[in-house]
Amino acid sequence: MDQGQFITAPNAADTRSVAAAIRRSQARERLRSFALAMPLLTLLLLSFGIPIAILLSRAVYDPTIANALPLTGAAMQSWSGNGIPEDKTLEALAADLKASQQNGNLSEFAKGLNARLPGARSHILKTARALDKEGVADTVSVIKSMPFWTSPGTWATIVRGRHALTSFYLLSAVDLRWNADGSIERVPPEQAIFLRVFARTFLMAATVTLATLVLGFPLAYLISSVPKTLGAILIVAVLLPFWTSILVRTAAWTVLLQKFGLVNDVLLWLGVTGTRLDLMYSRLGLVIAMTHIQLPFTLLPIYSVMRTIQPSQMRAAYSLGGRPLTSFLRVYLPQVVPGIMAGCLLTFILCLGYYITPALIGGAGDQLISNFIANYVNVELNWEMAAALSFILLVFTMGLYAVFARMLGLDRLKPV
Amino acid sequence: MKRNSFHSVALATVAVCALFSHSAIAEELSIMASGGAWQDAQRKAWFEPFSKETGIKIVEQEYLGDLGKVKAMVDTGNVPIDLVTVETATVLQGCDAGILEPLDYSKIADQSKFIEGSALKCGVGLDAYGDILAYDPNVLKEAPTSVLDIFDTTKFPGKRAMRRFPAQNLEWALMADGVPADQVYEVLGTPEGVDRAFKKLDTIKSDIVWWDAGAQPAQLLASKEVVMTTAWNGRIQNAIDTDSKPFKIVWDGQILEYDMISIPKGAKNPELAYKYLAYISKPENNAKLASHITYGPVRTDATEFVAADALPKLPNAPEHMNSYLVADTEFWGDYGEDLVKRFNAWLAQ
Repeated sequence: MDQGQFITAPNAADTRSVAAAIRRSQARERLRSFALAMPLLTLLLLSFGIPIAILLSRAVYDPTIANALPLTGAAMQSWSGNGIPEDKTLEALAADLKASQQNGNLSEFAKGLNARLPGARSHILKTARALDKEGVADTVSVIKSMPFWTSPGTWATIVRGRHALTSFYLLSAVDLRWNADGSIERVPPEQAIFLRVFARTFLMAATVTLATLVLGFPLAYLISSVPKTLGAILIVAVLLPFWTSILVRTAAWTVLLQKFGLVNDVLLWLGVTGTRLDLMYSRLGLVIAMTHIQLPFTLLPIYSVMRTIQPSQMRAAYSLGGRPLTSFLRVYLPQVVPGIMAGCLLTFILCLGYYITPALIGGAGDQLISNFIANYVNVELNWEMAAALSFILLVFTMGLYAVFARMLGLDRLKPV
Repeated sequence: MKRNSFHSVALATVAVCALFSHSAIAEELSIMASGGAWQDAQRKAWFEPFSKETGIKIVEQEYLGDLGKVKAMVDTGNVPIDLVTVETATVLQGCDAGILEPLDYSKIADQSKFIEGSALKCGVGLDAYGDILAYDPNVLKEAPTSVLDIFDTTKFPGKRAMRRFPAQNLEWALMADGVPADQVYEVLGTPEGVDRAFKKLDTIKSDIVWWDAGAQPAQLLASKEVVMTTAWNGRIQNAIDTDSKPFKIVWDGQILEYDMISIPKGAKNPELAYKYLAYISKPENNAKLASHITYGPVRTDATEFVAADALPKLPNAPEHMNSYLVADTEFWGDYGEDLVKRFNAWLAQ
């Protein structure tokens, strides 16, 4: 039934078709608003979605080893996979290594294998140098003379590494690895690092969120209940540091928190402590600085909700016999919950990505996951690992968001 | 209306100027260095005299010494720089990753005239610097006599700063644990040696503040955050000379390294870059940097050209060479990646 028929036959008792028609007309409305939002969505996709997807795809796609060993790969087709491959594979390996050396890909291959098999790099370069010597005819015996190539672990790694689609980086990002017999195991404790850092990152984010809530809630209440002019001044006071860059605020905290800085001077003068505290390069200093930076993010959504609550509601609660605490808990607080949730969620998620503040104020044991991602991107040039860590962080964050939304009801965020 | 006509005249003038300047444009060489007192010194010693002599304009950029930035340029095929200064270990890494161009020494200088290890495949040495120990005598009543004293927390209590990087620290740890300097890299090449070095570092781990940027050690000393720190000698000397800080340098146990310069792959003006490399590699020019920052020349025949008042402050001055270790760049090229990983895991624990 189309629109025309609906108009010519308004008296039709078929309510289902009426509903359908309404849905259709609403669909057109929806399409129109969608079309209006189209430019924004395209921009988001181009500048946000696609680059992230490309970067994340690096975490699982790494063709370095496959590209470096085309002949070896072909020769290995017939190999059973146990022990060491037969001579023709070793011969192909020698040819591949020589070819890689000539076209300059050898070190990239060495690096790729080294990431999976620590120490492999120097063995590969040594083998290539040995093969490169004049008058080496029997390449197979050269390779066989090196214990590295006669170890089954080496070949198991190569077989897995030949797949351009790899789970290696994602597993490494959660401190797991493939072992020689093809099952997944935990990495040795002296190499395990990321699970601890992820846990630390989430713990830091939770601590800072809680601290901003404890500080921000009473302040928001105060601002919303004082006369308008005073409230405006207080809001400016909250927002003022918000207008300075995060780097400047972090640098300012290093001046305050250092051993002979203002905070230590005051504490000593007041007699709170007998010796100067190590606030810089410590967890406590980091929590202080991050809490300061995040406070407006938690406070403002709470304040915006509190402003809409009429004081008369509380008076009504009192007049109906509610004690102050009961009235607060039963009448006031439930209305503020959406603001608290919005503020805390914002702060929590922003905290997960903190980079510059931990780098400048935190000690070596206070670095968060973003610091490690930056290190892999900038210093170690291991973008696959950086992508894998980013992916895990994204998954953890989205998972947490889903749990949060389910537990507390995301639709309650809407009024803000 | 008068305003409008003035505007159009001005615009036309600008356009004409732009046209002319474009046709008569001076050749430009873009150099990215790691900033601070060191880049200032290079400007005075090399950039400005080179421009004067050749008419080639030098465009400066700064970065933190992280190859990631260069990799991003090379990967996207948009390389706006012709030369980049790098650390030795980074040269090897960049060379292996195909980010830095292998150099043609016939266009630069005789490779055999450089101190061993300072003329590499993808990078040519700029200067020699020392990783040393610095302290403030007003804070430390008793003077440390060797870099290795950083491991002595009973004689020198308090926080100490070290670079957040395994190189140098592992070497010092082994030497402090009794390994002779000439066996350090041999021992560090074995898993037991690595364990031994980390075990030694464990003994002072809770007292260490880690630094990343070259300017940090002087700041940490000045703010009395630490009682002693490892540092690059030129940065500390700079704080002593220009900021009149009372710091002292301990030379015994220093590790000697080289700063390098490389051509990134895909650079637009390689010929100009080679011209610059040839210029700064002349012995008399190589020696000039020492007058502006206390880093020594890398050419064996350049010492005679070093200004007399600069010589005693250089890391390779004879009186600073009682006990030292030359950093083994090949070792770090081979094992660097694994040791950095282990070091970061150790830090996070």
